[in-house]
This record gives sequence, C-alpha cells and structure tokens, in this order.
Amino acid sequence: MYKPSFLRDKLVPISTVVLLLIAVWYVAVIFLNAPFERDTAARAGTEIAYSDLVRNTMAQERPVLPAPHQVIAEIWDTTVNKAITSKRSLVYHAWITLSATLLGFGIGAALGVLLAVGIVHNRAMDRSLMPWVIASQTIPILAIAPMIIVVLNAIGIAGLLPKALISTYLSFFPVVVGMVKGLRSPETIQLDLMHTYNASAAQTFWKLRWPSSMPYLFTSLKVAVAISLVGAIVGELPTGAVAGLGARLLAGSYYGQTVQIWAALFMAAALAAVLVMVVGFAHTAVLKRMGAKP
Amino acid sequence: MTSNPASVVSARNLGLTFQTSDGPVNALTGVNLDVAKGDFVSFIGPSGCGKTTFLRIIADLETPTAGAITVNGMTPEEARHNRAYGYVFQAAALYPWRTIEKNIALPLEIMGHSGHEQKARIERTLELVNLTGFGKKYPWQLSGGMQQRASIARALAFDADLLLMDEPFGALDEIVRDHLNEQLLKLWARTDKTICFVTHSIPEAVYLSTKIVVMSPRPGRVTDIIESTLPRERPLGIRETPEFLEIAHRVREGLRAGHSYDE
Repeated sequence: MYKPSFLRDKLVPISTVVLLLIAVWYVAVIFLNAPFERDTAARAGTEIAYSDLVRNTMAQERPVLPAPHQVIAEIWDTTVNKAITSKRSLVYHAWITLSATLLGFGIGAALGVLLAVGIVHNRAMDRSLMPWVIASQTIPILAIAPMIIVVLNAIGIAGLLPKALISTYLSFFPVVVGMVKGLRSPETIQLDLMHTYNASAAQTFWKLRWPSSMPYLFTSLKVAVAISLVGAIVGELPTGAVAGLGARLLAGSYYGQTVQIWAALFMAAALAAVLVMVVGFAHTAVLKRMGAKP
Repeated sequence: MTSNPASVVSARNLGLTFQTSDGPVNALTGVNLDVAKGDFVSFIGPSGCGKTTFLRIIADLETPTAGAITVNGMTPEEARHNRAYGYVFQAAALYPWRTIEKNIALPLEIMGHSGHEQKARIERTLELVNLTGFGKKYPWQLSGGMQQRASIARALAFDADLLLMDEPFGALDEIVRDHLNEQLLKLWARTDKTICFVTHSIPEAVYLSTKIVVMSPRPGRVTDIIESTLPRERPLGIRETPEFLEIAHRVREGLRAGHSYDE
C-alpha cells in the first residue's frame, strides 16, 4: 500500500533540486565576477590569490551575478528592516504591483467568462470574436503597454487602473479559451437530457454548462493570475518607475544595482507562486464541494 | 392513413433521411406502428436499423423527414413541451457533481416542483428502483448497475406516463442485466407506464415485452411486429418455457429475414 509521505514526496526531491541550483549558481558567480577582480588587481599592479578572488567575487557591490546570500540579505534588509510604508521597502513595492495584478486579474477573469458565454451561445459572436481574441495576443505586450498608459493618461485616467488594464489584456485570453472549451465540454447525452426536460437555455447553462466548466475555469485562472503579474510589472515600466516591482527592476538597471534587480525578481517569483497556489487551493476546494473523487 | 390519436405513440409511414457528406442515409423508412397505453414495446435489430432513431424521434431529439407521428395525440415537440416522457439513455448520464438525490431532483428543479414535493418524489422513486439509502452518494461511489437504476429513477421522478429506454442495460454484465430486467418488469407492473425499450438482446426483448418490433438496416425499417402471448406476470424461469422459446425463434427468424449477415 502506497502511503503519502511529506518527507519522501516533497521535501527530499524539492530540496535536492534547490541545493543543486544554488551550487550551480555559486560556481557561475565565481566565473562571471572574476574578470572584474582580475582587472582591479591588474590596475593596482598586484597579484590576487585564488582564495581572495573567490571571496571577493561573492561580495561585490555591483556584481554581474550576485551571490544567493547577497540577494537573500537584500531581500531581508528591504522587507524586514524597512517600514512597509517606506519607498525602500520591497513589501511596499510588491503591494503596489499586487494590487494592480489582482484588479487586472479580476477584470480579466470576468471579461473572459463573459466573452466565453457569448461565444458559446451566439454563433455570430463565435465567428466574429474568436479571431480578434487570438489576434490580440499576437501583439507584443511591451509594445502596447506604453500606448495604453499614454492614451488613458490623456483622458485623465492614471494610477492603478491603467496598469490593471494591461494585466487584464493578458489575463482574459486564457480564461476565454479555457471557458469556451469548458462550457462546450458537456457530452451530447447530457445536453440531450436537458432537451428532453424542455429546459430553458438559462437552466441548461446554470445546471449543466457552468458546473461542467469548473475544472477548465480554474486551470485557466492559474495561467491568468501568473500572467496578470507579468502584465502589472510590464505596466510599471513606462510609468517612469515610480513604484512597484517593475519600478524596482527599472531603477536597478539604471543604476547597475544588480542585487536590487535580483531581489525584485525573487519577490515577483514568490508572489506569482503564492497567487497560483491560492487559485490551486480554490480549485481543490470547489472540486471537493462538487463531490469529486478524492 | 392517419395516425391514431388514441395511441400513446402512433407512426404512419414515418421516415428519416440524414444528409451526410457521403450522400443521403435512410435511417428509417415507412414505419407504421401504434403503441397502446400500458404496452411494453421492445425495438430489436442490428445496429443501423433505426431503432434508436425511432426512439429519438418520439423524444423530439430528431425530426422525421417523411410521414407523420403523434405522441399522446400531439406532435413530439408539443409532447416534449408537456414533459410527456422520461428518457433513459445508454449511459446513465448522471451529473457527477450532483449526489444521486440531487440528480433525481434535476428534472424536478427544472419543472419547478417545490422543495417539499421534490423530497417526497426522490424518496418514492429511490424506493421504486431499490436505491433507498443511496441518495447522498455521488455517482462514482455506485456500481454501473446502480447508476443506471438511478438514471431510471430520474426518468420516473416527474411522473411521465411514457418511458423511453435506449439500451439502458447494454453496458452491463448479464447477471446484473437479468436482475434489472426482473426489477423493471415489477416496476412496470406497479406504475402502469407505457415503455418503449430499445435492445439488441433477443432474450431481453422477449422477456420484457408485450409487443416486439423487429427491425433491419439499409434502409432502417420494421420487418415484423410480434404480439407476445406470454402472461404479464413473468418470473425469470419463464425463459425456459416452450412458449418463450417459440417467440424468441420468431424474433430470430425476423432478424435473419430482414438482414443479410452474409453480405
């Protein structure tokens, strides 16, 4: 009998991979940062011992690749040691990005579901809308994001909403595609059954199509919430780097603060992981309520 | 020749031709049939003979292209609007996110019965199909035979006088099928419903029916209609009697005559 074990199934395999990645990272740090140390030594006309070289590559102020402990120290310093209202706090910037992400994700999910309902129930919408939905995603977001910010700014909308709308632009797409498939997932026999009851379109929707689409909805929401975050970060780049994780990335690259860039990157990754996990928990909870086989 | 409005189902010269990319397919031609109230009519024939198509026409799931048909003296569409029949499909088609009692409640919710009424009907139909106590289970927790019984309960729940069954026990093993056939006969005796039953099993058709409609394919048509001489009360043992075997023989002959298996 197979018994699930946290140690064997989760902890050991995951930590093995993490340790391996950290080891590779440290090796890369030495190789990538060593030229700078050698140049400095050559300019000073001194020889540098190999042990010093290795130690120095992990303590540079603006390394090509910061060492993991430098990134962790930076994250610790900017989350725990700073008031969360401070502009130097990573938590503050993460919250700015998160709020735009969540607003954009909410609008995107709602828009995606509405479009899918229209596409499934209306032949004209099916024919006319789907190509545009797909075409919308072929435009690089980096190109369209500044346009959205500028245009909305011109009509007096600034702040959270323009960024959120860029998230929406990315996140509605997987929801539309997933929900169209989900709402069409009932089998013919299940639809025939509704027909024999002389059920209305609304009854068929709420009692059959909607519950059938739940697994599809949550799968697309997982994708949508992750790219919502990407959208919010991209949306922060053309705003002149005022606040948010995108701003931290941009400011970091202006001033060569690679440690700051990496810290912001890790914060974004952690945020994405948490968001996807939250959607995953909601998925499990909903399926459990719907009597799914455990 | 016009259809007989006194019959539950009355078909005159009924035909259905499907237009496919390979040209027209005659699924059903020239069907004349009357099903009286309280009849148990079986439709038997090889695949492609149009037996399921005929059932789907009664249910207004297909529209005939020739002839006339009435259900309870109305068009099939009107009959469907009046919820004149319960349909049992080949698969149980239970909604997996609903418990058994919620599945049975589905047609009742759609037809607007009160919560109190729903409860009473769920209890009654669960009892009819011997599933009392299983109401709170989800479909995946039940065996295939029990799932199909639940789907019969669902078809019975709203008290339609006509029950249309499309090979409901086709996917079940023979032991379960025998048992369910016996239960179905008891249920038929208790509820006085009219049943149209599609099958491809000769013993099943003979055991259950008061009338057996033998069909054959290409084009789908009726080749023989056999009025059963068996009594309404039928223990399982009746299947070894000479009378039973004689009817079974006639069905087999009808199937052979209408179909060239050697083609």
